[in-house]
Amino acid sequence: MAAWDALRNAWFLLIGVLLAGYSLLDGFDLGVGALLPFLARTEDEKRSLIAAVGPVWDGNEVWLLAGGGALFAAFPLAYATVFSGFYLALMLVLFALILRAVSLEFRAHDAARKGLWEAAFVGGSVVPALLFGVALGNVVVGVPIDAAGEFTGSFFTLLRPLPLVFGLLGLSAFLMHGAAYAALKTSGELRERARRTARAMAVAFGVAFVLSFVMVWNYLPAALGKIVAWIFAAVVCLALVLFFAALKKGRDGRTFALSSAAFLGLWGIVGAIQYPNLVRASDPALSLTIKNASSSALTLKVMFLIALVGMPLVIGYTIYAYRVFKGKGDAGGAGY
Amino acid sequence: MDAIFLARLQFGLTAGFHFLFPPTTLGLTLIIVVVETLYRRTKNGIYKDLSVYLVKILGTVFVLGVATGVVLEFAFGNNWAAYSRTVGDIFGAPLAAEAVFSFFLESVFLGILVFGRNKVSAKAYRRSAILVFLGAHLSALWIIIANSWMQTPAGFRMEGGRAVLDNFVKAAFNPSTVVRFVHTILGGWITGGLVAMAIAAWLMLKGRTAEKAAVLMRTSLVVFAASAILQLGSGHAHSIQVTRTQPEKMAAFEALWKTMDGAPFTVFGIPDEKNERTLLAVHVPKMLSMLVHFTPNGKVLGLNEFPKDERPPVLLPFAGYHLMILFGVLFIVMGLAGLWLRAKKKLETCRGYLKLLIWTVPLAYLANETGWIAAEVGRQPWAVYKVLRTSEAVSAVVPAGNILFSLVLFVALYALIGAAGVGIIFRTIRGGPGDVEVGVRKGEV
Repeated sequence: MAAWDALRNAWFLLIGVLLAGYSLLDGFDLGVGALLPFLARTEDEKRSLIAAVGPVWDGNEVWLLAGGGALFAAFPLAYATVFSGFYLALMLVLFALILRAVSLEFRAHDAARKGLWEAAFVGGSVVPALLFGVALGNVVVGVPIDAAGEFTGSFFTLLRPLPLVFGLLGLSAFLMHGAAYAALKTSGELRERARRTARAMAVAFGVAFVLSFVMVWNYLPAALGKIVAWIFAAVVCLALVLFFAALKKGRDGRTFALSSAAFLGLWGIVGAIQYPNLVRASDPALSLTIKNASSSALTLKVMFLIALVGMPLVIGYTIYAYRVFKGKGDAGGAGY
Repeated sequence: MDAIFLARLQFGLTAGFHFLFPPTTLGLTLIIVVVETLYRRTKNGIYKDLSVYLVKILGTVFVLGVATGVVLEFAFGNNWAAYSRTVGDIFGAPLAAEAVFSFFLESVFLGILVFGRNKVSAKAYRRSAILVFLGAHLSALWIIIANSWMQTPAGFRMEGGRAVLDNFVKAAFNPSTVVRFVHTILGGWITGGLVAMAIAAWLMLKGRTAEKAAVLMRTSLVVFAASAILQLGSGHAHSIQVTRTQPEKMAAFEALWKTMDGAPFTVFGIPDEKNERTLLAVHVPKMLSMLVHFTPNGKVLGLNEFPKDERPPVLLPFAGYHLMILFGVLFIVMGLAGLWLRAKKKLETCRGYLKLLIWTVPLAYLANETGWIAAEVGRQPWAVYKVLRTSEAVSAVVPAGNILFSLVLFVALYALIGAAGVGIIFRTIRGGPGDVEVGVRKGEV
């Protein structure tokens, strides 16, 4: 039993790591996608930005698939409740991801509909960047669930104040992160624009962060008693302050690292507030937790071994691939 | 229309559309690895040009596979929540393992294949191609593990209405995993081989880049012919496995209404499920018994052995199974014909054969799809064979209207990206290997 609990805790943490990994990696290409029309003025500039994400977005998106698969394997009851309950919202995300997945390849090779595919890339980036936060806000603030673990609300249940503010917080974080990445991978006028945008988005992020705090205070006062959440909140604030400083000094690498740190801080806060719940229910007795929603000890163990062997390999060759494509963009290179 | 029907239709359409792309990837990555290896051995630039050409095509096929595959990772939670709750303890793990062991590998190294040719050494490039090949095939392994567990579940016990894992190796390598994996992979190699041959044939017919087209034709002919011939054995082994582990499915494949000693193989017929008979049936006497039991009077179970509410529908599995076999035989004939023409040194000049190759390409896709339909409809009425009925697997909270709404949007989106994707692939093919300038349009690098 103790071993089972340890595995459940480990999987709570691991799924957090996968989702955080997703937001750090795919986060910047979602941000670049959403900001494309604002950052790039000319076709050359667009190509520079697209070249910066082209070789890596696909591998980045796998972090989401890994997170979804891990949630299914480790906590199937939470997976079933969330994805059947948030049906239409998830469908919107899926439609966006479908269009986004083909958009860059098609934009480059389907000249007749270039505008359409560019819009698909932008829209396909904005929609998930906004809705991920909304979904997370819902499982944090609590959703109506019955004794069978079924979601009993509707699409509009999802659009309450705290989830919407979390949506904006997530969106601003993706945009800040994307702009920081754009600055890191471009030069000249485009880089300057990316830095100005990063600054504006960081301000928006700060505002959304304060608003989120007010929301949590109002709708989830119990969360204010979690010490760990305060520590991570301090990390977010510190990272944000240092972000402005690094941005001012033109230290692009450090700026990007700090927006990553701010993102990680957000995940830390969410994890601390949420633990041991996976999906908080409006009636706390019905919440899906790491205990009542988990797979068997054996499944968790096998999955843990798979992660133990697999993830270091993934991290290793992901680093290799980023080194291959390191440096400022080259719109004249191969590909798109 | 009820929610169960709509949920099945949505899964069938999204999975069926997705299943156009991974088999192509399996075959194309194999041919790219072969071409890259030949390039390393011979240092002949023709191979490099062919690799560039095929990687461009692979790039488009791959994003279509990704776009349509993401949906499936979440489909079990969306429409099949009861399924996810009941068997998630076993079924979730292979999906997660697929992401960890194969999606990452495929995606990261495909990035290098498509964008990194000038950024890594030829050696690292060839290794990247091998890793994409490996990733694609591992992905097939994990998804076949998951799907085979639905066909022939093993390594679990039922506890409080939920399936609980007992033995991971037994669950993963259940009685149908290996044979279905081999069968699916060979289907992919046939598909990719035929696609590459058809491209070479088109270049030959147009009189373009004759030398490169000939090299591509020779390389892919070997892949295609060998896979088609091996598929005969793998298909046979698969049929024997189905007869042993899912006898009612084999009875549906063959429209065998009653148990028989010395069952015939039905070459053609129209199953009439209501009256339990096969119209216009053309039989080869005792052939089915011979095939599955290696003895002319072996006993093959008919549908009459099974309670009516546990029998699969007959028409679709029967039609799918027989069409697949028909196409499979055709591929063997075409593979052998190609080898014969090559031996006679007429492969490049026999225009009839070259044209036939091009027109046969859709049949490779139809063979994959009909085989898959036979396998999955033949599994009905079970979502997991004898464990969970499909009718009990759907999400209770999702209204039929929501499923219909998303279904309509899926169809519209898939039509859009399918049409555009095929257009791009055709344009890439027309660009030809090593004379890409022809294909360059404004704004494209």
